[in-house]
Amino acid sequence: MSRDFTPKVITANALIEGDVIYFTADNAWTRHLCEAEVLTDEADADLRLLQAQAQPHLTVGVYLADVAPGATGPEPTHFREDFRRKGPSNLFHGKQADGLAHVQARAGD
Amino acid sequence: MYHYNDFDAAFVAERNRQFRAQVERRIDGSLTEDEFKPLRLMNGLYLQLHAYMLRVAIPYGSLDAAKLRQLAYLAERFDKGYGHFTTRTNIQYNWPTLSDVPDMLDALAEVEMHAIQTSGNTIRNVTSDHFAGAAADEIEDPRPVAELIRQWSTDHPEFQFLPRKFKIAVIASDTDRAVMKSHDVGLRIVERDGERGFEVWIGGGMGRTPMVAKRLRDFLPRADLLPYLEAILATYNRIGRRDNKYKARVKITVHENGLDEIRAQVEDEFPRRRAVFGGEDQALLAEITGAFAPPAFKTSDPAPYFAARDADPVFRAWSDTNVTPHRAPGYGSVTISLKAHGATPGDASADQMRLVADLGETYGHNDIRATHAQNLVLPHVPLADIPAVHAALKTLGLATGNIGLASDIIACPGMDYCALATARSIPVAQGIATRLEELKIEHEVGHLQIKISGCINACGHHHVGHIGILGLDRAGVENYQITLGGDPSETTAIGTRTGPGFAYDEIVPAIERLIFAYLGLRQSEEETFLEAFNRIGMAPFKAALYDAEARAYAAE
Repeated sequence: MSRDFTPKVITANALIEGDVIYFTADNAWTRHLCEAEVLTDEADADLRLLQAQAQPHLTVGVYLADVAPGATGPEPTHFREDFRRKGPSNLFHGKQADGLAHVQARAGD
Repeated sequence: MYHYNDFDAAFVAERNRQFRAQVERRIDGSLTEDEFKPLRLMNGLYLQLHAYMLRVAIPYGSLDAAKLRQLAYLAERFDKGYGHFTTRTNIQYNWPTLSDVPDMLDALAEVEMHAIQTSGNTIRNVTSDHFAGAAADEIEDPRPVAELIRQWSTDHPEFQFLPRKFKIAVIASDTDRAVMKSHDVGLRIVERDGERGFEVWIGGGMGRTPMVAKRLRDFLPRADLLPYLEAILATYNRIGRRDNKYKARVKITVHENGLDEIRAQVEDEFPRRRAVFGGEDQALLAEITGAFAPPAFKTSDPAPYFAARDADPVFRAWSDTNVTPHRAPGYGSVTISLKAHGATPGDASADQMRLVADLGETYGHNDIRATHAQNLVLPHVPLADIPAVHAALKTLGLATGNIGLASDIIACPGMDYCALATARSIPVAQGIATRLEELKIEHEVGHLQIKISGCINACGHHHVGHIGILGLDRAGVENYQITLGGDPSETTAIGTRTGPGFAYDEIVPAIERLIFAYLGLRQSEEETFLEAFNRIGMAPFKAALYDAEARAYAAE
């Protein structure tokens, strides 16, 4: 018996900056998990993974990561993906700092 | 301090030129990641959780002011203003971009540094005693031999694709300050019948199968070192397992074949290797040894040091833990703690690095060391100048007096940075150190080494911690196993697991219970945690860990 397919997003690291990126519905890459495309069908996920892997000049290490639906978009289900989304816990660096800039930039729109 | 000759400089420049072109070809799409990955790893460039990480070798931990200032420059120019000193006496930059790395490597080459063989299945950065050249108990400075091994092993064509990575440490005293017996090969310089040579140890290591090294040779004549190392490496290259990454280290080769069989094969290979060494290596070693000539030690009156100890209790407490006796009269070795309570073990800001560089230059004969315990050392400071050094260190949060105490914790980067990690280590170290500071008990507790790894690979040396902590992923939740009784010194021992692990928010209280249990169990203030554990065994510590937990549940 096959296990139920859990929702997933496609994630990788950016080739130049090395930071965490997510694949969007319009075939682009975003720095923000909340903007990622959520895949709920296994066959669709496999196809989208192939499409995402077809951009090796932008990415390194493309893979599917589990998520759960949340109020503001997909939420990580494993703590490793939560750290990848946020950044290190000892210093306010990485996504959490970049994300603050992102939110501030959006507020200024 | 060894300085590059024309050959070294040309070699590093050529490697940097090659890597710059490789990075360009990766970015323009000519190289796939599969093709590029082994090339970047050969140059110390990892891709971690949030960014690239560049691991720069500090050979046998030796620095001078120019090198340390350049490391500070890299931190500021290409990173977020800091660097992380590791248990292999390397420094890691956590946030470089791929396109900046060639410039970083060129900047390192300006001060005779590189990142070659800080990754990959090669001979890694050779480590040594951080008090080399200063320790009262050493028979000679082990760094010339370490430098000879660095030159021999760098880009050695036969040993670029070993079954797995290979780590070598060299010491020259009975006291082991370099965790020598946890290395693939450990060398101890010894004297027999008036002749200097090496005790050769093999097959030590940590990781998922921790082993204490075994003695391969009681005495290896000095001139036989490189051919004998070649015989060891050639044997390992031939029979080391390549079918299973977890059984590929030489410790497993020794374990599976037996020490006698390994020795027989090494001794069989040795004459062929010996025959091709015509003495050039010994001429080179003599030249290198000249570069490590001891500084011109001054005679100065140590009275200001003792006056400061009498007048200032803070200075006295700091110097009790952070100043080590020196072989030269009137001198001391100053260990600079990168373990301020609540700080990230091993992290130093660019400003802190520049201050240490200045102090090394002004007071310390321009000699600075990085230690495997993630601290820095000024090995040669006149006692009379140490109060001034301490006062300067205080200005940038570098005057924590905790060397060898419970908050002098080794911690790997863990899941805050490392792609291999299964749990965080840094916040656990921060939590323990902060709690110890709140309780103000670590001076009462005395010598206690806590070591934390965020995965089974054991970069945080947890197996040899008096208290070891291993962070794991148990069903999607961070969980921390405790081991007790590990010993990184010359009486090397692997710690024993206490039992079930603890959740992230339970691990700091669990360590606190262990420490209080020890205070209640010790026979005297002189009996250390490790001595108490070795005397009375696991049971009372286990009771402190788990019975208290059971009581807490019962009380709920």
